[in-house]
Amino acid sequence: MGSNLLFSKKSRFDPILAKRRKAEWLVSLPTLVWLGLFVVVPTFLVFVIAFRPSNPYGGIGAGWTLDTIRALATPSYLAIAWRTLWISLLTTVICLLLAVPAGYTIARAPAKWRNRLLLLVIVPFWTSFLVRVFAWKSLLHPEGMVKGALEALGLVGPETTLLYNPAAVVLVMVYTFLPFTILPVYAAAEKFDFRLVEAARDLGAGPFQSFRRVFLPGIRRAIQTAFLVVFIPSLGSYIIPDLVGGPGSEMLGNKIAQRVFTDRNLPHASALSAVLVLALLAPLVAVLALQRKNKKSDIIMGEAP
Amino acid sequence: MKRSRFPILLTAAVMAFFYLPILLLVANSFNPARFSSRWQGFSLVWYARLFESPEVWQALKNTLLIAVSVTAVSVVLGTAAAFALHRYGSSRLQRLHFTLIFQPLVVPEILMGISLLMFFVAAGVPLGLFTIFLAHVTFCVSYVAMTVLGRLQDFDFSVVEAARDLGASPWQSTRRVLLPMLMPGIVAGALLAFTLSVDDFVITFFVAGPGSTTLPLRIYSMIKFGAPPMINALSTLLLAVTLTAVLVSQRLLRLKR
Repeated sequence: MGSNLLFSKKSRFDPILAKRRKAEWLVSLPTLVWLGLFVVVPTFLVFVIAFRPSNPYGGIGAGWTLDTIRALATPSYLAIAWRTLWISLLTTVICLLLAVPAGYTIARAPAKWRNRLLLLVIVPFWTSFLVRVFAWKSLLHPEGMVKGALEALGLVGPETTLLYNPAAVVLVMVYTFLPFTILPVYAAAEKFDFRLVEAARDLGAGPFQSFRRVFLPGIRRAIQTAFLVVFIPSLGSYIIPDLVGGPGSEMLGNKIAQRVFTDRNLPHASALSAVLVLALLAPLVAVLALQRKNKKSDIIMGEAP
Repeated sequence: MKRSRFPILLTAAVMAFFYLPILLLVANSFNPARFSSRWQGFSLVWYARLFESPEVWQALKNTLLIAVSVTAVSVVLGTAAAFALHRYGSSRLQRLHFTLIFQPLVVPEILMGISLLMFFVAAGVPLGLFTIFLAHVTFCVSYVAMTVLGRLQDFDFSVVEAARDLGASPWQSTRRVLLPMLMPGIVAGALLAFTLSVDDFVITFFVAGPGSTTLPLRIYSMIKFGAPPMINALSTLLLAVTLTAVLVSQRLLRLKR
């Protein structure tokens, strides 16, 4: 037991460990400082500035006030908060409905095809976001191709506008976020043991039933991740409603930008951003709690997490 | 056993949905008509117009200046961060480090933009190319760190230890063994940082000042104030740059398999 005492943690100075600690700090410090300065401090500032008055020069005034927070409780803001929520939820649900079958198909495709399809999903992720939104704006434009095609088919009249409404916003949001949803679903589907589906089919389940009762629960965690990667950026959308939505489809992001660029009222923009931060935390915490619970039940059921 | 055809058809439709708008935009950049519904033959007239515009050249210069310096700084920071996360991953400091690095990947861009704007205003930093540079490095570091970390995960550290045993100094073993083996991951991370910087609109919009217009900011004002056919041409050029970067980086990342 004497030797144990000698090497126990109580022997205060261990030169090898100290050297390792020093090296660790040395390589971590640059990013810790950079991100501390440009991520942590600014986020904190948003919450602080929400309680400061504005000044007439578009800056931040002296003293403290609760007026900005009070100004948030107006019906027009509540309407915008509600719209932000339903547009984001609808976008997320449509993305998931498309991503699950697509991720499944890619995972089950022959190896040669799988890599090509995967590359096709990744490429939009790399192409300019603004360009993709603009591509849709010109398609939906009154002189654009979608309008022309729908009119030729007799589906819409000449006076219908496809742009500047919430439906256009949802369409373009699905377009931009869908690749982010397909990737996690694919990653989980690729590891999924499809013999389980075959077993279900042998035991008499139909294709849809085996998909819903065996495959979907098997990729549950990926679906939760996919939900977050669409829902969180959706809540913060700004360019899409700005370019393809009209005044009737403004979201929280538009209001924040308006307060900054049109009204030059930074405290007001801060208060709205603080609301957005709090709104993002709710789904994040919910999914993390769900995943922690699932992990426990997976272990009980003998599944590797 | 019969499998349902529905998922396959749906996937084909999803791919068409992804690519048709982009392909039509590229096709239209060669269309001399003012509106896209009529095809009036192949022409480079919009590209010629684009290159005559001094604003576009200035925006291109700003964009490249920012992207190159952002790439250089974020590759160094991101690679060091990935190394720290991999080597000391289990420590409390690295868990904090990981949370910080993960932040820019999940936080909506508008929040990063507004919080950085508040920070620069409060700190009295004049808005311009320098603030755009600082903001871009902040999110690019995370992407570089994640890309390099992926490469490190199947790296065998006993090679570095072998170099040390054979008498290499820590610096020598890093420079001659570790870095060359990580190079494909680092280059892929650099390309990602470069394209993200070239493409970024939202964060740039918030922290840009007078005279620091970048290409996406230019495209945005063209969309807002009308000049459609020229935007098609400019967008096509931007797509060409980013797609080249993807193909190169995909090739590099494939090498490890």
